Amino acid sequence: MDEILLKIEDLFIEYQTELETVRAVNGVSLEVKSGRTLGIVGETGAGKTTTCLSILRLLPDRTGRVTGGNICFRDKNIYSLSEEEMRTQICGEKISMIFQDPMTSLNPVMTVGSQIYEALKYHNHENKTREELERRVDEVLELVGIPAERKTEYPHQFSGGMKQRVVIAIALACEPELLIADEPTTALDVTVQAQVLAMMRDLQKKVGSAILLITHDLGVVAQMCDDALVMYAGEIVESGSIEDIFTPGSHHPYTMGLFGAIPDLDSAVDRLTPIEGLMPDPTKLPDGCYFADRCPYAEELCKQIHPTRTSLSGTHTILCHRFSEGLKEVSHE
Amino acid sequence: MNEARILIEVKDLCKYFDVKGGRKLHAVDRVNLTIPAGKTLGVVGESGCGKSTLGRTMLRLLEPTSGQILFEGKDITKARKSEMRQLRSKMQIIFQDPYSSINPHMTVSDIIMQPMIVNRLFHSREEMVARVKKLMDTVGLADRLYNAYPHELDGGRRQRIGVARALALNPEFIVCDEPVSALDVSIQAQILNLLMDLQDQMGLAYMFITHDLSVVKHISDEIAVLYLGQCIERCGATELFRNPLHPYTKMLLAAIPVPNLSARTRELQVIHGEVTNPIDPPPGCRFAARCPYCRPECKEKDLPLREVNPGHFAACTLL
Repeated sequence: MDEILLKIEDLFIEYQTELETVRAVNGVSLEVKSGRTLGIVGETGAGKTTTCLSILRLLPDRTGRVTGGNICFRDKNIYSLSEEEMRTQICGEKISMIFQDPMTSLNPVMTVGSQIYEALKYHNHENKTREELERRVDEVLELVGIPAERKTEYPHQFSGGMKQRVVIAIALACEPELLIADEPTTALDVTVQAQVLAMMRDLQKKVGSAILLITHDLGVVAQMCDDALVMYAGEIVESGSIEDIFTPGSHHPYTMGLFGAIPDLDSAVDRLTPIEGLMPDPTKLPDGCYFADRCPYAEELCKQIHPTRTSLSGTHTILCHRFSEGLKEVSHE
Repeated sequence: MNEARILIEVKDLCKYFDVKGGRKLHAVDRVNLTIPAGKTLGVVGESGCGKSTLGRTMLRLLEPTSGQILFEGKDITKARKSEMRQLRSKMQIIFQDPYSSINPHMTVSDIIMQPMIVNRLFHSREEMVARVKKLMDTVGLADRLYNAYPHELDGGRRQRIGVARALALNPEFIVCDEPVSALDVSIQAQILNLLMDLQDQMGLAYMFITHDLSVVKHISDEIAVLYLGQCIERCGATELFRNPLHPYTKMLLAAIPVPNLSARTRELQVIHGEVTNPIDPPPGCRFAARCPYCRPECKEKDLPLREVNPGHFAACTLL
């Protein structure tokens, strides 16, 4: 069950424009195990989406490029495959992706049925007949809770939540081993979000795929994920099992900041504690810790030297000087 | 809360939009609410429930179909254009999207100055410049941004421009239409704190429209829950979360994913059934088609809000 499906090692991605170089992802390493859900949390510009796009080699051709690191899917390096192999064997078949905005990820002039059919036909290695494929279309639609007779309708005839289900149906049509969901519920209302999340959870049980879930909502992570990463300025600042991240204890100052900035439903707080300042400019990242400028605990050292990753327990790692020093002291004693 | 002066009162406000075939889309349907001076009324509901339409209709940015809007006891639905212009200086709005609600061709100072120019607030340019600088300071925009253009700024700072512009005419009432939805959580907290500080300093009344329930609880004194154009529950903010009465409110609250592991085992509440069509909706409770407790009488006639507990209003046959 716990086989490593996707392994990213030390990934660096840059966007190159005529004027400047944007360092979007800086040394990201992660593992997704089969049948489990990994959550990536972070704010706009943290590099979450860029990381995901790179897994499917969907980075914009002319500007985006991977400048270092490996992405392996089942021990196969994604970037050593040919375009052809990528298209016919990986994209949409072994790995599929759900994009953030259901309104723009469907083709408005194709019926939803034919959009699902298209995916199936493209990956039809067993030469199934048209009838068999159509039957599968009905099956997937029913799976996501849409009556099969609606497959002849167009996207505009569906509500936002229903459209996102169609997008999920397309992604699941070929029973992928890995499902990448990039903010799948951000554009949806809470009640619809609850439906979509519950559905994704059920489907995972049924199909057994691994899910890489990107979100900025800590609530969604707490409900859905087994493991979680917190990203900031293209780096993973904290990673661990869901318990590591959500139980009080040692945390990266940014993670603590994120929790402090959301209003708590259970207790009344007079003021929120925002994280002051802004994320550093990704074209001019500082030498030291990227979070130092906003960090309430920052010292001189933080501004000069970039911290290294510290393991707190088997699964829990933090990228912060406070913890690396603490450990050093302990080991000296 | 009763001692506070009622600043704005809405009585049976309706806003219907015409659609094809002479039918009517009931965007806001007989809504009643009051906002005391210096307090915040939170308005929550899902997309399409008429929150924004309600906010805009209250400022007469949209003409109400029927009903009354009393601002300091005066019915503004009948006010003439010139009267309305004067009244608008007391009622302002902050829009949802800080990227599209400010003119990209204008500098920060021009944007904030615009309402003062339109309303001929000052006679000399010096006074106006001084006022703009003061406002920028109030909302936490650095002086050096005076001549900056919006594209140079991030979302949080842009939303601060929106706040400064709304404050320019010293309003008493501001409609905040999802002012933090487009922002990241860390920035969102900055803007929420700013809005609350301004309320303390200037005694502003807010109508705070949002779909984010944790935000609305944090900022509101009273909360109104909207469902398909109708207000189905209204009460104090803590009371709503402690003791929700309407089945829809209960489900809405249960659907929020909580950033807390203890809630993990809890099954996410899923509301089944299709949303009632807001075009010429059938009589009765709008939520009846999705309500697990629906009884025949729910579909017979429309239900008014009823005071179930002191200060706690709900519209449901079960109560």
